[in-house]
Amino acid sequence: MSKQEFTLSIYTENHVGLINKIATMFTRRKISIHSLNTSPSEIDNIYRFTLVVIESAEVVQNLVKQIEKLVDVFKVFCNTNDEIIWQQMALYKVPTQTIMKDIKVERVLREFGAKAVVIREDYTIFEVTGQDDEINKFLNFLHNYNLKEFVKSARIAIIRANEGVHKKVIEMDANDPTKDPINNEFLSKKTMVFNY
Amino acid sequence: MNSAQTIVPKKVSANIQTNGSVAVIDALMSENVTTVFGYPGGAIMPIYDALYDYIDKINHILVRHEQGAIHAAQGFARSSGEVGVVFATSGPGATNLVTGLADAQIDSTPVVCITGQVFAHLLGTDAFQETDVINITSPVTKWNYQVTDANEISDVLAKAFYIAKSGRPGPVLIDITKNAQLQMFDYKGYSPCIHVRSYRPKPIVRETYIYEAAQLINSAKKPFVIFGQGVILGKAEQEFLDFLEKSGIPAAWTIMGMSAVPTDHPLCVGMLGMHGNLAPNYMTNQCDVLIAIGMRFDDRVTGRLDKYAKQAKVIHLDIDPAEIDKNVKTTVAVWGDCKETLPLLTKHIEKRTHKAWLEEFRKLNQKEQDKIITTELNPATDELTMGEVIKLLNELTNGEAITVTDVGQHQMVACRYSHQKNTRSNITSGGLGTMGFAIPAAIGAKFGAPHREVIAIMGDGGAQMNIQELGTIMQFKPNVKIVILNNQFLGMVRQWQELFHEKRYSFTDITSPDFVMLAQAYGINGKKVTQRSNLKDTLNEMLQSNESYLVEVMVGKQDNVFPMVPQGKGVAEIVLGVDEL
Repeated sequence: MSKQEFTLSIYTENHVGLINKIATMFTRRKISIHSLNTSPSEIDNIYRFTLVVIESAEVVQNLVKQIEKLVDVFKVFCNTNDEIIWQQMALYKVPTQTIMKDIKVERVLREFGAKAVVIREDYTIFEVTGQDDEINKFLNFLHNYNLKEFVKSARIAIIRANEGVHKKVIEMDANDPTKDPINNEFLSKKTMVFNY
Repeated sequence: MNSAQTIVPKKVSANIQTNGSVAVIDALMSENVTTVFGYPGGAIMPIYDALYDYIDKINHILVRHEQGAIHAAQGFARSSGEVGVVFATSGPGATNLVTGLADAQIDSTPVVCITGQVFAHLLGTDAFQETDVINITSPVTKWNYQVTDANEISDVLAKAFYIAKSGRPGPVLIDITKNAQLQMFDYKGYSPCIHVRSYRPKPIVRETYIYEAAQLINSAKKPFVIFGQGVILGKAEQEFLDFLEKSGIPAAWTIMGMSAVPTDHPLCVGMLGMHGNLAPNYMTNQCDVLIAIGMRFDDRVTGRLDKYAKQAKVIHLDIDPAEIDKNVKTTVAVWGDCKETLPLLTKHIEKRTHKAWLEEFRKLNQKEQDKIITTELNPATDELTMGEVIKLLNELTNGEAITVTDVGQHQMVACRYSHQKNTRSNITSGGLGTMGFAIPAAIGAKFGAPHREVIAIMGDGGAQMNIQELGTIMQFKPNVKIVILNNQFLGMVRQWQELFHEKRYSFTDITSPDFVMLAQAYGINGKKVTQRSNLKDTLNEMLQSNESYLVEVMVGKQDNVFPMVPQGKGVAEIVLGVDEL
């Protein structure tokens, strides 16, 4: 089966060490994680991991089920690129003198959808938020102007069809015999880690 | 305040000042834990100190190595159906548990391990006996957690027991820092856990799948049931028997499912797997509907996947959604606890018999009988065979004993030829294949089922891997019988070297101590058998003994286990002897 990019959105408890438990799910199978981001989610105290892997659908499906088995994981959504809106952010540092001397900065920023975050006498920092091709295009351009530093963030993604985890979870539960919707009534209660 | 004076009665609700260690012991008492296997050390001393006030209520078995503790806890869990509990200290104590955790994880055995840890302020400082046990054990536990504050102890242990035993069971490790064990706090009492918001122990059962599965079974001409440990773990033996007898379908067990129904049941056709019986392996590729119950299509069962049951529609009943479609694509998946799904399925299926179909299994089994079993059980040579030892044990115990096996040729022979009338009679390291499992697991099995005869069967290689646990037998006197089938080789590897590596016996020729003298050094009686004429009497003497007893039987050095599904071959390519390879 052919490999493609999948974006996994993993809703979890906010526990120490969970990132390692999730990461070992991939490393054990010798699957490399192309991008990993952790952030709070729309629900207090529930975290959202966003991961990108390049794998076959079959491998990813099995992987998703194994990740969902982790006790501290609520739900894993697995999406192809056409099912999500995704962005990454990149920062570029260049010597101010060089960039001022050779080009019309405003025009370049418009052309690449970039903006200046810091402008100092010695250096300037630009930012591009977008997808790989947009970020790389500007990167290639700045290579000609003595680029000093470059960094790119992990991917963050919003699922197009997803109206928040609550509705999606319940909707999926209706189709998926493996889940009991009633369990999720606790999902928005932030303090009840050990519910009785 | 001396913790020895702070005895907290069971289930306290009022606020009582006590320390974390007492909360640990109270948690065990509240969970009705009667037996703990463990080994003390610096970082768990406060818990052992608290235990000292409860030695009349909790039977602590001091093992000789932490690996022995966890295998004993596994044996206890497997024979009793309860959670096995282990105490170990930090650092080496905890790392010695890892093999047993991996074994319990892959064989779904409910175990709770409590490890001591260095003081919280020393975490990450390379303190004496500090190791990162949470990260080391994450891949081999169902759940683990580090406690640094005594206030968490009760809730975390409640969660640990709940997770270990609910759904698909598994091992849980709780690491408690020494400061938390010593910390005085307002103890609020212990409440068992019944829900964890991010954890769903079992899927809810939906009738649509039951109905589809029943339709498929009712339309099948050549249905075949294969069952695993899920039936035993779900305590669904009776439900399974009802299903089997109404459906009339031939059934075969995986090594882990063995004894879920009596091995001599008329519908049972033997064991699946690499060294299982001819008929069930071969017929997997002849049936039209394959009904898999509580089993996970391990590669030792399926052989080559692209040659496995391709002609059949597959119904898979399992509690773990991740097992569905993992290895074998299902036609109908029946998610759920088989305790719930099997009765529903039984209700919807028609009562049938499959006489002609069953006869096909019988014919193949007869072929295996003629070519392999008869000579294995009734050898014409002077050399003793492993099979004849098992056959005699069957006769002498009437199939009532718990058989605990180690890993290797003797394991395959024991599982092929043991007669087992009761559930939870076959305790073996299935998924991980841990040599050294048998002695400690037998000790645990005896404590878990004190009224049953427990016989540990092992080879000369595995016997030495946890031989130190003879010391545990010496001190705590569980009445376990030890049978060492000594072929003076690491037999299974030697067999593969013979068959697939041109008889290049690279380091499989192993010398052993005098096992009988060794047992005697531990105060355990024993005898060595080298001739057939002494075998039966010696085994009988062993079984009649009121104490532990060791029998070493010298068997053929270069005997092979057949049939065999060679690695990389399909189940239908099973061979009955060297000549067919």
